[in-house]
Amino acid sequence: MSAAPDALSPAKTGARRRALAPSKGRRPWTFYVLAAIFTFYVVALYGPMFCIYVLSFQDLRGGLVFPMKGLSLHWFVDLFTQARTGDVAGAFDRSIKLAILVTVITVVVSLMSALAFRRRFPGDTIVFALMIGSLVAPGLVLGIGVGLMFNALGLPTTWWGSALGAQLSWTLPFGVLVMFAVMSRFDSAWEEAARDLGASRWQTLRLVIVPVLAPGLVAVALFGFTLSYDEFARTLQTAGPQNTLPLEIWSMTLNVTSPALYALGTVTTIISFLIIGASLGAIVWIQKRRGRRASST
Amino acid sequence: MTNQRGAIELAGLTKSYDGQTNVVQGVNLKIPNGAYCCFLGPSGCGKTTILRMIAGHEDPSDGEILIGGDNVVGLAPAERGTAMMFQSYALFPHLSVRDNIAFALRVRGQGKAERYRVADAMIEKVRLTELRDRLPGQLSGGQQQRVALARAAVTEPRVLLLDEPLSALDEQLRIQMRSELRRMQRELGVTFVHVTHSQLEAIALADMVVVMEKGRIKQAGPARDVYAAPRDRYVAEFLGGQNVFSGRVGAVEGDVIRLDSAELKSVIVPLGAAHVAAGDRIDVAVRRDDINLHRPGAPLAAGASSLASRVMGVEYQGNFVKVMLDAVAGDEFVVYVPERAFFEDPLSVGDVVMAAWAAERSRLLA
Repeated sequence: MSAAPDALSPAKTGARRRALAPSKGRRPWTFYVLAAIFTFYVVALYGPMFCIYVLSFQDLRGGLVFPMKGLSLHWFVDLFTQARTGDVAGAFDRSIKLAILVTVITVVVSLMSALAFRRRFPGDTIVFALMIGSLVAPGLVLGIGVGLMFNALGLPTTWWGSALGAQLSWTLPFGVLVMFAVMSRFDSAWEEAARDLGASRWQTLRLVIVPVLAPGLVAVALFGFTLSYDEFARTLQTAGPQNTLPLEIWSMTLNVTSPALYALGTVTTIISFLIIGASLGAIVWIQKRRGRRASST
Repeated sequence: MTNQRGAIELAGLTKSYDGQTNVVQGVNLKIPNGAYCCFLGPSGCGKTTILRMIAGHEDPSDGEILIGGDNVVGLAPAERGTAMMFQSYALFPHLSVRDNIAFALRVRGQGKAERYRVADAMIEKVRLTELRDRLPGQLSGGQQQRVALARAAVTEPRVLLLDEPLSALDEQLRIQMRSELRRMQRELGVTFVHVTHSQLEAIALADMVVVMEKGRIKQAGPARDVYAAPRDRYVAEFLGGQNVFSGRVGAVEGDVIRLDSAELKSVIVPLGAAHVAAGDRIDVAVRRDDINLHRPGAPLAAGASSLASRVMGVEYQGNFVKVMLDAVAGDEFVVYVPERAFFEDPLSVGDVVMAAWAAERSRLLA
């Protein structure tokens, strides 16, 4: 079976190359233009962040601007030992806990609503419009609104209460939209087949729906976590007396004038990358495990 | 066999989705235990809806479904003792062949060792032992179909329901899997209900063919009866192999009808048990392979029906030659000439011929 396409392919690729690059072997000038644009894009995207990471490794004499003075981990130590930099460890702890809470709720609700939205139900367009509405509403305004409402109701604003709600208004619509895309490739015949084979609704969910959708659910979790972890606008007026990490960083930019601020940036970025790496690793692991089990005969 | 556990009876079965138009309109049918039954009809004729109602994936608007004598309307699929094989097979993409087949046992709470033992026996039956750890995505269409069949059969259902099981396969594989389905049906000894739009598939497989149109049964019976003795124009045209033409009754002479039209004046149709009077419009069917072609002037057998016509087209089919004639205005008229006979005196387009057949080969349609 594979012999036929192989025999054809040299002629095919030859034709394709001719069509794209008339001058044999040399790249067209458009290649260099596009490469330059892409390079500029990458530098513009990562350059500023990279400046911060580099400046965080200065020694005691370091300042907030270039040129770089010395090379040490001084400001990382300073970050976690000096009281004047604020409650970084506490803020970090709260942000992680809040992000986990947001992730779990987002994943569960997104899955359930994606399952529900496969069928028409009375008011479905209204529910959908309300959901998109909270996505497009300006975050700061929404945050102020939530804060005001808590005040009016006489409830204290807290990071695990009002801020959680404000963040969900942002992560849930995102999660649901991602799940819609994931669900579009879900064949409802699988559910029907499970039912035909005697599975209860719960067994169908546990043994068929969730495993089939697992990579999509990991993607939603990743979305929920990162959106929550660096959320600022909606959290500002709702977090109450205890800051989350982005709020803490923001207040530090106002009163900390040492490279400790940059060290914090480096640390949080590393954590973000670890989480993204772990999630992608989980997706790859799921796919690999399926592939390996399949090929080991 | 006095065992009737797989016998199906449909009584006044009706289905409507909007409360106005019926997709299935009062269907009555008895399928004997252990039969291979094919529902045949174009898309939208209600055949799949009937299958899904038997399976328990749709509820009838009215009527009863009896399996083994018990009314199963309202029961869950697993409680009916039916199992369905889906059109796209609906194999679970994240489970191996073995786990797919063992799924029904797993949800019934069987332990791993026990359910793998049963599943492996089934895997052997469908000849997939070397592939049992593969995922469905790594199997060919024919292999997937065998997994789907094994998965449905593993709980030893009394009825197996197959929704267009061969439509996803290419021509060659379809013919191969067709005989495999028949083999499995004999081996399992359970009732198979198979939905298809291919009349070739239906008559090749079925003990009982049910021809449907617009939610009603047009004819049900053994494959040979339905093919050779279609009841009406719809069935004759759907199953093919017949020329169908209409004419006005000129006169009824004893047990034969003479037609009242210049082109059909030498056609004689046996009356059978029907009641017709002069002036009625009737449909007549003649099998395409019952007709002989003669050059003009050649002697015809006494009492034969004949039509003078011109050759409109010739198609070589291998074991026979398909000759298209313009014998009857408005109706297709085709003759299947055995390959050797055709090439003794080959006809070409434009030749004038006499199409003749023994009068008793004509069939009056309802």
